[in-house]
Amino acid sequence: MTNETVIRTNKLTKRFGDFVAVDEITFDVHKGEIFGFLGANGAGKTTAMRMLCGLSIPTSGEAMVAGFDVFKEPEEIKKNIGYMSQKFSLYEDLTVKENIEFYGGIYGLTKKQIKDESADLVDRLGLHDEADKLVSSLPLGWKQKLSFSVAIVHRPKIVFLDEPTGGVDPSMRRQFWDLIYDAADRGITIFVTTHYLDEAEYCNRVSIMVDGKIEALDSPAGLRKTFSANSMDEVFYKLARKAKRSAD
Amino acid sequence: MKQFFSFIKKEFAHVFRDRKTLVMLFGFPIVQIVLFGFALTNELKNANIAVVDNARDVASQQIIDKMEGSKFFNVQKSLMTPSQIDAAFKEGKIKLAVVFPPNFNQDLLHLNKASIQVIADASDPNTAAQLSNYISTIVADYQAQIAPTMKVPYTIIPEVRMLYNPDLKGAPNFVPGVMAMVLLLVCVMMTSVSIVREKEMGTMEILLVSPVKPLMVIIAKAIPYLVLSLVNLCVILLLSVYALDLPIKGSVVLLFAESTLLIITALALGLLISTITSSQQSAMFASMLGMMLPTMLLSGYMFPIENMPVVLQVISNIVPARWYYVIVKAVMLKGLGFASVWKETVILAGMAVFFTALSLRNFKIRLE
Repeated sequence: MTNETVIRTNKLTKRFGDFVAVDEITFDVHKGEIFGFLGANGAGKTTAMRMLCGLSIPTSGEAMVAGFDVFKEPEEIKKNIGYMSQKFSLYEDLTVKENIEFYGGIYGLTKKQIKDESADLVDRLGLHDEADKLVSSLPLGWKQKLSFSVAIVHRPKIVFLDEPTGGVDPSMRRQFWDLIYDAADRGITIFVTTHYLDEAEYCNRVSIMVDGKIEALDSPAGLRKTFSANSMDEVFYKLARKAKRSAD
Repeated sequence: MKQFFSFIKKEFAHVFRDRKTLVMLFGFPIVQIVLFGFALTNELKNANIAVVDNARDVASQQIIDKMEGSKFFNVQKSLMTPSQIDAAFKEGKIKLAVVFPPNFNQDLLHLNKASIQVIADASDPNTAAQLSNYISTIVADYQAQIAPTMKVPYTIIPEVRMLYNPDLKGAPNFVPGVMAMVLLLVCVMMTSVSIVREKEMGTMEILLVSPVKPLMVIIAKAIPYLVLSLVNLCVILLLSVYALDLPIKGSVVLLFAESTLLIITALALGLLISTITSSQQSAMFASMLGMMLPTMLLSGYMFPIENMPVVLQVISNIVPARWYYVIVKAVMLKGLGFASVWKETVILAGMAVFFTALSLRNFKIRLE
C-alpha cells in the first residue's frame, strides 16, 4: 500500500428530488488498499458507488477516480475500473473461456493479451477442466470467483465489488477473500461493499454510512477502539441504531 | 471496432446456443408456408362431382371430357336417379352434380338452346359458388369452341380475367403476410427479449460500467437479428418460388431493401419495448400483443382493410406491416418498381426513423 490516492471525494452529494441519497461524503482511498464500504440497506452505499463508477451523475461536490473527474471524464474512468455486481453477472450460456474473451474484448485487450490472461486466470482458479464448459454448469462459489477474476481481467486500477459474497458459504467466502488479497498485492485497489461484518475485519480501512453520510472511517482496529467495541458487529450496531431512514 | 466484434460474436453465441429459439425462428416460417401453401388452401382441387349423362351424345361427351381434364374435379359418371343424387349429397360423397337432359345435342342444334342442371351442396356456400363457377366456365369455354360453326343466339360471354393471380392461388396473398409476420416476430420479440434478459441477469449493469457505448450495445444486439431475418427472408422466398411456384416478378434487390426497412423499424420497436419492460415474459407478451396481433389482423393480410370499420382503418395506418404488405405485393406479385411504392416506402422509412429516435432517447434515460 502506498500513499498514492486513487479515489478522492469532496462533499459528494446525490439528490433525487427532495431525497438526499448521498449527503456530502468526503473520503480518500489509497492505491492497493482494501476499502470496505459498509452501511445498512438504503444508507446510500449503492448510489455512492454508482457515482464513482460513472453510472450516475452527482448532484454536487467533487470526485476523482483513477485520476479522472466523475463529471467530466466518466468514459476515462470506465476504462480504468472493474465492477462486480451483487447479481451474478457472467453469461450463463457462454463458456468460461468465451466470457473471458468477451470481457477482454470489450475492454479492448489484444488477442494475445486475452489468451495470456485467460490462461493465467484458468490456472489461478484451477478451472482447467471447466474452461470449455458453460458457466451455468459451475457451482455458485466458482461462479463468484470467476466473476471477480473476469472483473479484473483488464488489470484495472480499481475494482468495485458490490456485495460480492452474497449467498456463498463461509469456506468459499474465505477463498474469495484470498483472491481479493491476491489482487490487492498486485496493486489493484479494492472498493468493496458488504453486509457481512466479519468481512469488514478483512479490510484495511472501513467506512460506515448512515442515512447518506459517512459516520465513521478508520481501520477495523481503530473503529473498535473508538467505539469501545469488541467486534465490528458492535461498532455497526452502535452506529446504525441512529439511522432514521427505514431499510427498504 | 474490436470491442464491437467481440460483442457481435457474443450475441451470435447467444443465438446459436439457444437451440429451441433457433428452431422456432426457422421452423415458424417454414411451417407457415407449408401449412398455408398446401394444407390450408382455399383452392379446390379434386372435388368429387357426379355427372349424370342422360344424353350420351357428342356435345355432352365433349363437355364431360373437359370436366375430366380439369384438375378441379374428380368426375364419377353414373346414371343416377334424382333420389340417388340426393342420397349421394347427404352422404357427402359428392359436392356437385351435373345432369345432362336427354337430347342435349339435338336441342342445342335445333333449338339453339339447351340446358344443363347443376346441383351444388351449398351447405358450404363458398365451395358451392366456386365449383359452379368452374362448371360455368367450362360450359362457356365449350360454347366459344363451337360458336363459329353454329349460330348461338346469345354471344355475350363474360370473360373474367384474374389479374396477377390467374389461377386464384392462395399463395400470393399469404406469402407477403408471412414475410411481414416473420420479420416482425424475429426482430421485435428477439431484440426486446435479448435486451431485457441482460437487464434481468444483471449483465447490463456490467456493460454500462464498461467503456462500451450504449449505442454500440444496441447496434451489436441488432445485427445478429438483422442477419437472421434476412436469412429467414431468403428461406421464405426460396420456398415460395420453388415449392409454391410463386415467382418474384419485381426486383429482388428492391424487395430486400424494403424488407431491411421493415426490419429496422421492427428492431427499433423491439428496443422500445425493452426500455419499458423489465422481465423477459412481459417483453414477450408486449411484443405479442403489440406487434403480432395488429400485424395479423390489421395489415390487410387476413382481412381486407376496406371492409373494416373506419376506426380500425385509421388504426391500421400506424401498423408498419400494413405498408410493408402493400409494398411486397406490388413488387413481388405485380412486378412494379420503386416509382409505384415510393409513398409507402416513405411512410415506412418515417416510422423507422421515428421509432429509432424514440427508443434511443428512452434507452439513454434508462441509463441514469
